[in-house]
Amino acid sequence: MSEFEPTIVAFFCNWCTYTAADLAGTSRLSYPYNIRIIRVMCTGMVDPQYVIKAFLEGADGVLVSGCRPGDCHYINGNYKARRRIKLLKEILPQFGFDQQRLRLTWIGASDGVHLAEIMRTFTGQIKALGPSQTKLKMVI
Amino acid sequence: MTITAKIDLREQNPLEALQQFFAGILKLEDIAAILVPQRLPTKNTVMPTLVTDASFLGSADPLAPAFMMNAARIASRLTRKPMGGKVAAVLRPCEIRAFIELVKLKQALREDILLISVDCLGAFQNKAYSKFAGQNGPESTIRFYKNVMGGNITEMEGAEFATACKACEYPVSENADIQIGLYGMKTGESILVKSQTEAGDHILKLLNLPDTNEPPARQDAINTLISQRTSYRDEMFAKTRENSDSLDKMTAYFSNCVNCYNCRVACPVCYCRECVFVTDVFNHDPYQYLQWAARKGIIKMPTDTLFYHITRLAHMSTACVGCGQCSNACPNDIPLTELFRTIAHKTQKIFEYEAGRSLDEKPPLSEFREDEFKEVVGID
Repeated sequence: MSEFEPTIVAFFCNWCTYTAADLAGTSRLSYPYNIRIIRVMCTGMVDPQYVIKAFLEGADGVLVSGCRPGDCHYINGNYKARRRIKLLKEILPQFGFDQQRLRLTWIGASDGVHLAEIMRTFTGQIKALGPSQTKLKMVI
Repeated sequence: MTITAKIDLREQNPLEALQQFFAGILKLEDIAAILVPQRLPTKNTVMPTLVTDASFLGSADPLAPAFMMNAARIASRLTRKPMGGKVAAVLRPCEIRAFIELVKLKQALREDILLISVDCLGAFQNKAYSKFAGQNGPESTIRFYKNVMGGNITEMEGAEFATACKACEYPVSENADIQIGLYGMKTGESILVKSQTEAGDHILKLLNLPDTNEPPARQDAINTLISQRTSYRDEMFAKTRENSDSLDKMTAYFSNCVNCYNCRVACPVCYCRECVFVTDVFNHDPYQYLQWAARKGIIKMPTDTLFYHITRLAHMSTACVGCGQCSNACPNDIPLTELFRTIAHKTQKIFEYEAGRSLDEKPPLSEFREDEFKEVVGID
């Protein structure tokens, strides 16, 4: 049997983490191809339902990543995102989702190297957790 | 200053005393109208009514174990803009808590309303109520009042109280302008009237009721009731957690759901003007269904059932007041209150928030602190 290749949905903020991903690319850094990046203007606009949808559709992991504290282009969207992630980490585990599958990071625009590292670590962790149950079963 | 007064009952009838008290308030110049649950003439059911003429208060019945809807929504309709007068609203404690949430969400104005709460005796589910009330509504209410005051707080004449009421630890409203007390007062003899805000003081002063002291038995009675309800609640939490702790169990939990979204309509704090689940976003293209089905070989129709419920939990659980109207509205008897309260209890706790407690606390998702939840950020 071939090795489990997880699907990870990543919501990256336009101003910092997405730019860092760009930088990683132009610097020819490599990171796992399991990540599907969705660019959003700010992590503060990542409605919990986007994360829920990703999980119910079979994502094995969800990563939300924005600017470091004080760097948010919209002043405090990243802090608001942190509350939403905290909320989801309270709700989802009740229904059998491992809370390790949902992560929030803050990666600055110049941190291409760090971004590639985070991608490798997270992908490794999700591989260790195995496929999400929503991938295997019918979700109503 | 708090004004505490007592109203003596005639022929052990609290309804008549309440009706007269409401009429007295409505006759005051400051009050343009009163929103009060009233028995409708055409059917034996109790619904909120907006009354401007005191002679139409003869069927007011805030004690009936009928809870057809959470009237916080109605109070919000009346106060979303200045209405040109002050309205007094007779609400259950959970309705007041939901109203306070709506004020915070800028969907209601606190200034234009005088909140009057009557100690809540609990209620039946809608279907059970009409059976219970039979042909003689007012008489059944008085029977119910005596039954609850006698300490029977879970069932009566073979009908179970609504789960939400059995698990409710807020039988008395601390946020009303005027609190009408039943617990700890002598059943059938008297009720207590107490002001809790300046607006309440003002009104009670004008009414000139005989002064009294709050009997010490009242707080004891309330504490006993709350602790009974809390232990029921905690058992309910444990059972619900057990019944929903995996995807399979959640699928079983919601397998009767037909996506009617009644629970959202009935919910007083589901605050979006337009719910995303009824917009075109969810009017999927036919080919999309085919793709979804092809991925696993089978999908359940209609789709998005769990997605809808979990999203609702994420959106409104921090504002959930546990009124139980979601369960009341469900055509297929899904135990929604149980699940929503179980989750809401957790989500409100992490933000040290209690829905409806105070106007000074902002909704948790509308604010933040810089040095909190650090454990959520980062991957090692």
